[in-house]
Amino acid sequence: MIDRLPGLVNGDAALVRRGRFLTCDFLVEVGDVAYHVSVEQGRIASVTLGPASMRPWRFAIRAVEEAWREFWQPVPRPGYHDLFALTRFGHARIEGDLLPLMANLRYIKEVLETPRRLARSA
Amino acid sequence: MAARIEPIVGRYVHLTLGGRSCRVYFEEAGHGIPLLCLHTAGSDGRQFRHLMNDAAVTDHFRVIAFDLPWHGKSTPPVGWEDEEYRLTTAAYVEAVMTFSRALELDRPVVMGCSMGGRIVLQLALEHAAELGAVIGLEAADHQTPWYDTEWLHRPDVHGGEVCAALVSGLVGAPAPDEHRWETLWGYMQSGPGVFKGDLYFYRVDSDFRDRVAGIDTRACPVHLLTGSYDFSCTPEDTLRTAATIKGAEAAIMNELGHFPMSENPARFREYILPVLEKVRAARA
Repeated sequence: MIDRLPGLVNGDAALVRRGRFLTCDFLVEVGDVAYHVSVEQGRIASVTLGPASMRPWRFAIRAVEEAWREFWQPVPRPGYHDLFALTRFGHARIEGDLLPLMANLRYIKEVLETPRRLARSA
Repeated sequence: MAARIEPIVGRYVHLTLGGRSCRVYFEEAGHGIPLLCLHTAGSDGRQFRHLMNDAAVTDHFRVIAFDLPWHGKSTPPVGWEDEEYRLTTAAYVEAVMTFSRALELDRPVVMGCSMGGRIVLQLALEHAAELGAVIGLEAADHQTPWYDTEWLHRPDVHGGEVCAALVSGLVGAPAPDEHRWETLWGYMQSGPGVFKGDLYFYRVDSDFRDRVAGIDTRACPVHLLTGSYDFSCTPEDTLRTAATIKGAEAAIMNELGHFPMSENPARFREYILPVLEKVRAARA
């Protein structure tokens, strides 16, 4: 799903605008699989499948595959419906430099939630 | 007149709180048993507008909601510009009881949400004789912190944006978008550091686990309602609290989150109307 982010995000003008002050790389882990997500002024410039040693990132969001699968349901169940619900109940971990994440929190949360649209339109 | 005008009326009352003069805004609608509503941390009394527009409520209850000082249309006290706002249990109790006495409310039913749901437990403990009942929405005697409140008030992160983005997931996933975003707008509008200052009460100064067993529900009935999507005050937190208070009634609300009255008013009334009916029956 993470590899679908460029198409999901870059075609959404409101979402790109929301992230227009953000240019940074962050890591998303789905179980053992790591994705480097590169954001340039709100657009997803690239998603690179890891592992990519020596490649820096500002913050990382890590969760097991099952947690992401629940998170991406069209109407997720309680406890899996929000990034912080995942962390609160131990399903996900956030690490690294949280400043770009917190300064762009609505944008990042909505980027991570975009795969829900695929299930809705399926 | 063609335009729709709501029955809600807003006014200002001057109270002395903590020895200081405060200009406090309140809204009300309806007639009957006073139902005094307490907003969540970092928001204001507009959260209760749907109840105030619901004839099934206002035919029997005088629904009143005031904005705490620093919130909504209530101004902070003179000198605020040099202080860090921090709500305490004592100050919160004083605000609610002073407001109630100033309006000469007769044994009001006090309904609070989140931190408002926390304080009604203390009110039931301290002021049972003056109250008709308490209703705690998303209420518990304690909760485990789930984020660092330092993010809420600093110059390099926009306060309104981050407050709303932090609590956005507390809205239940099935909530209608219109109401979800109006609820979050309240958080975006809060003054700098106000949400953080409220959380001083909620996080630091209100661990009531050692005292709620002392509530006498025969003197002041306790009703607790919590949404299934609330991961801040979880259903488990509420049920644990209810189990500690002899005679307390508790229910979990499906599909709802941390802001039931504003995030999903149609679903919320299915749960709150039966509770208000019980309150009326007990008072008759």
